[in-house]
Amino acid sequence: MSQFTLNLIFIGLSFALYIGIAIYARAGSTSEFYAANRGVSPVMNGMATAADWMSAASFISMAGLIAFTGYDNSTYLMGWTGGYVLLAMLLAPYLRKFGKFTVPEFIGDRFYSRTARIIGVVCLLIISITYVIGQMTGVGVTFSRYLEVSNSTGLWIGAAIVFCYAVLGGMKGITYTQVAQYVVLIIAYTIPAIFIALQLTGHFLPQTGLFGTLNGTDTKFLTKLDQVVTDLGFREYTAHHTSTLDMVLFTLALMIGTAGLPHVIIRFFTVPKVADARKSAGWALVFIALLYTVAPAVGAMSRFNLTTTMWPGAEAGETFSQPAVTLESIENDEDKQWMRNWQVTGLLNWEDKNGDGMIQYYNEAGESEALSAAIEEQGLAGNELTTVNNDIMVLANPEIANLPGWVIAIVAAGGLAAALSTAAGLLLAISGAVSHDLVKGWLAPDISEKGELNAARISMAVSILVATILGLNPPGFAAQTVALAFGLAASSIFPVLMMGIFSTRINKQGAIWGMLAGIISTLMYIFAYKGFLFIAGTNLFEDNAASWMFGISPASFGVIGALINFGVAYFVSNATEEPPAEIVELVESIRVPRGAGAATAHH
Amino acid sequence: MSDKQATNAYWRANLKIIYICIAIWALVSYGFAIIFRPLISGIAVGGTDLGFWFAQQGAILVFIVLIFTYAWRMNKLDREHGVEE
Repeated sequence: MSQFTLNLIFIGLSFALYIGIAIYARAGSTSEFYAANRGVSPVMNGMATAADWMSAASFISMAGLIAFTGYDNSTYLMGWTGGYVLLAMLLAPYLRKFGKFTVPEFIGDRFYSRTARIIGVVCLLIISITYVIGQMTGVGVTFSRYLEVSNSTGLWIGAAIVFCYAVLGGMKGITYTQVAQYVVLIIAYTIPAIFIALQLTGHFLPQTGLFGTLNGTDTKFLTKLDQVVTDLGFREYTAHHTSTLDMVLFTLALMIGTAGLPHVIIRFFTVPKVADARKSAGWALVFIALLYTVAPAVGAMSRFNLTTTMWPGAEAGETFSQPAVTLESIENDEDKQWMRNWQVTGLLNWEDKNGDGMIQYYNEAGESEALSAAIEEQGLAGNELTTVNNDIMVLANPEIANLPGWVIAIVAAGGLAAALSTAAGLLLAISGAVSHDLVKGWLAPDISEKGELNAARISMAVSILVATILGLNPPGFAAQTVALAFGLAASSIFPVLMMGIFSTRINKQGAIWGMLAGIISTLMYIFAYKGFLFIAGTNLFEDNAASWMFGISPASFGVIGALINFGVAYFVSNATEEPPAEIVELVESIRVPRGAGAATAHH
Repeated sequence: MSDKQATNAYWRANLKIIYICIAIWALVSYGFAIIFRPLISGIAVGGTDLGFWFAQQGAILVFIVLIFTYAWRMNKLDREHGVEE
């Protein structure tokens, strides 16, 4: 059976499963549409949260980010998991007790202000829309590689699938589909990883294989990897090269950004009790960790495999003990088929610059004794593996390791599951903010439940259309949006929610001015280095470590934005009147679990 | 003890648990994995050092244990103060 047929079967089966679930779990009321009637068990919700959270970026890009940087990019591993500790202790249980449907609704009620609620909606929309563009682009890329259709056809097919189950099922349909998507994506991620860990280290668990001994040698795998990459002039894999301050701040920005992402927070509105919200955050992290503890192993091992493919002598002896891979081998050999496959997509490319019939891969900017000697002896005229995209580390992983065709097909289905599940969660957050906060909360407060449900479905359909069009023509800044989404979530939503729960003194004015100060300072800092609205050439300063203020990168600035938000809110609140007595009572009531059922009953 | 005092005692106990958990959370991630990594680099783990292990595996595992410990302590606290559902 051809690889194409296998891909078609696996992707087709997974889509049939999602649609089947959507028809089974249709939403009939707003409570089902926004919060799955608060009947989702903590373990199921944990699994759905994991799928919701792990996006195309986690599945496709993260291992590559670690592979080509090593220790320094551990920030992503800790940052994208540590936020769940904050969610479990600082936000999720209290917001579940509050018992409403959207994040801006809490902000509006707690700070007795429609203005605050609308600022919350604006933040939510910017965060979720920038985030959803990345998911749709991921869907297009995966489709075009595995199903040999054009990028745009792939996108429309993906959009149609999301439309089916998200618009029909709302939170209820999305939850059960996400559970299925989690299972697909975790199998797709771990199977190739287990194979590769076995091949390289003899360990069944990639987590222990990373720290194991390289097969056929008595050298530790990481020691060997460090040696191989430094020979080629790259930086030592396990060493620390960036500024400690920025590493700490970037990790913290990712953590509080994660805890402030609305599409993650609303997942905790679906569990029956406050105690379940706490436990569910733990289960979510268990399911996330199954991928996040494997990712560093995938990164390191695929980097090693890529390097030994290019330099066959690297595995057994010294990196330069044998000549580099020949052009003839790359163009003809069965085991180099993957290189030809991925050259077509533009994610991988090579060029025999010195015309010696071999492709020598190394870091032109780097220095090592072994490399200088090799440049002299072999007459190297520059790095000849001219393009290696980060994403290839996961997508081509099974092919690099010569795994069977069905493994490749399941990775394709897994990549799609990761992108689609996150897209659906984001679309739900967007449609809830539009229909519940803007339409019901502001424009048409008298709307019937049926009318609101229709408004939710229409706004979701429109968001899918907008996301698809943006995915077809991704704005130039698509790659920068991670900094933007996490910066905004960290500097606006996380602080305002935390103050709303942990302080009875922060009032309406404090919340509004705090949020505005947090967002504006963060946006200004990002734009100053990345360009106004990310338009190239409009940046005020060079975007490099030397010109960053105190060495703080734009992506880490969300932490400073959050501090500004807390500070402004504190001073403004103390300079103005105390919140009304009923607000103080509200805060006191969300702090105790008893009566969470009653809080939902009047809805 | 009035209702208000009872609620305050419950909230203070909750905050205490949170402080302890946050301290551990920060110690394993910002501490062991980043800031104190040079100090504990003498402890070898599989071809590298303990700080690298915390950065790529250990911190995540501790986070999981922390959340379940928090949930367990809070459920106990809820029952002691009679505020469970």
